[in-house]
Amino acid sequence: MSWSRDEIAARAAAELRDGYYVNLGIGIPTLVANFIPAGMRVVLQSENGMLAWVLSLRGEEDADLINAGKQTITELPSSSYFSSADSFGMIRGGHIDLSVLGAMEVGENGDLANWLIRQGGQGHGGAMDLVAGVKRVVVVMEHTSKDGSAKFKPRCDLPLTGANVVDKLITDLAIFSRADRHSSFRLLEMAPGVTLEALRAKTTAGFLSP
Amino acid sequence: MSLPTGPKVYATAASALAGVVRDNITVMSGGFGLCGIAENLIVALRDSGATGLTVVSNNAGVDEFGLGMLLRTRQIRKMISSYVGENKEFERQYLAGELELEFNPQGTLAERIRAGGAGIWGFYTRTGAGTLVAEGKEQRVVNGETYVLETGLVADLAIVKAWRGDTEGNLIYRKTARNFNPMMASAGRVTVAEVEQLVEPGRLDPDQIHTPAFSCSGSSRARAIAGRSKIAPRASSRLQELAHELVAR
Repeated sequence: MSWSRDEIAARAAAELRDGYYVNLGIGIPTLVANFIPAGMRVVLQSENGMLAWVLSLRGEEDADLINAGKQTITELPSSSYFSSADSFGMIRGGHIDLSVLGAMEVGENGDLANWLIRQGGQGHGGAMDLVAGVKRVVVVMEHTSKDGSAKFKPRCDLPLTGANVVDKLITDLAIFSRADRHSSFRLLEMAPGVTLEALRAKTTAGFLSP
Repeated sequence: MSLPTGPKVYATAASALAGVVRDNITVMSGGFGLCGIAENLIVALRDSGATGLTVVSNNAGVDEFGLGMLLRTRQIRKMISSYVGENKEFERQYLAGELELEFNPQGTLAERIRAGGAGIWGFYTRTGAGTLVAEGKEQRVVNGETYVLETGLVADLAIVKAWRGDTEGNLIYRKTARNFNPMMASAGRVTVAEVEQLVEPGRLDPDQIHTPAFSCSGSSRARAIAGRSKIAPRASSRLQELAHELVAR
């Protein structure tokens, strides 16, 4: 058994704390918005220039109002808008508490690779700035690639988005975390039915057992 | 009543670009995805027939719309962007070696444009340290952190999209359509703003101006046109559908 995309997102939502300013990447990370605990005040930042948003209801779409995933969104009474330069000043300046983003590869040394999907690539968007500036970086991804090869590996083979930037890794099979950026990753939790042997068979990165 | 110091106002995008667009110039084009792009000016740029353009823009439009149109006509020689997915023609030209591409991290791109418009030659940033982005660039270690030297960007022409503007060149953007537009308005030697509502001076609250007129004029000639059309929202993604379902439950 493995965790679904929603279950992965729900586990990433456990990283949220009251009062956090959070940037969610495209894909599974965006789903984290659906699992903010009731009563917790979390402000979502969208790097194209907005603080405090929710996905828009059908019929409320506004062409001038999108998030970084280019989904139409809706403003809240607490919302604010700003330029891309101000937005990345916020990110680079360390004013965002948590970044949840996807990855193609994570190295056991905390390196992250999440761009250049194909030859030619698509570009890094805002991810490089996020991992360089946000206080805590949580990666959510499928544990292996479609051909079954490991994505959590000793070193990334793809071009890096950031060196030694990942604090926590949540996959469909397991959760790994480390105390600080000098420490090794430790296994925290496995999806129901996943054994340590099966997990190690799908992981080439070294990690500490619970 | 417009004063002689303000930007010229043009009735059409083509007339606003006349005499400014030449082959091989650098053009900054505002917008994030298709949000906040100067769509009429992009059409006029296409119709100008200018080639060999270097275009600074966060994205490259989609195949049928925005900067994607200039790719189809092969008018762009080089793109400086942060993300160019969603555009098959871009990928085809790049892989065939027909198009030069410089990827910048999005925040670095925004800051390079801001710096260029603010007269800052370069700046050091942690973004990209230890990655391909840092290769060939000067780096400094300060307090144990590695910083990469990035340079400011300016352009021969900036085309920006604003919601409201006055004939002095003061601009107000709307919601997330602001994005790269304010920095680009400052970084163009000539800036042309496509505005949805063009008003006389005094009709905009001076305390709420996002781009003051000097950013559009300064040492350059600023030009404004009134454009009315709005961009259709992108089709809802699967995630959005999911969000709707969750809300509906």
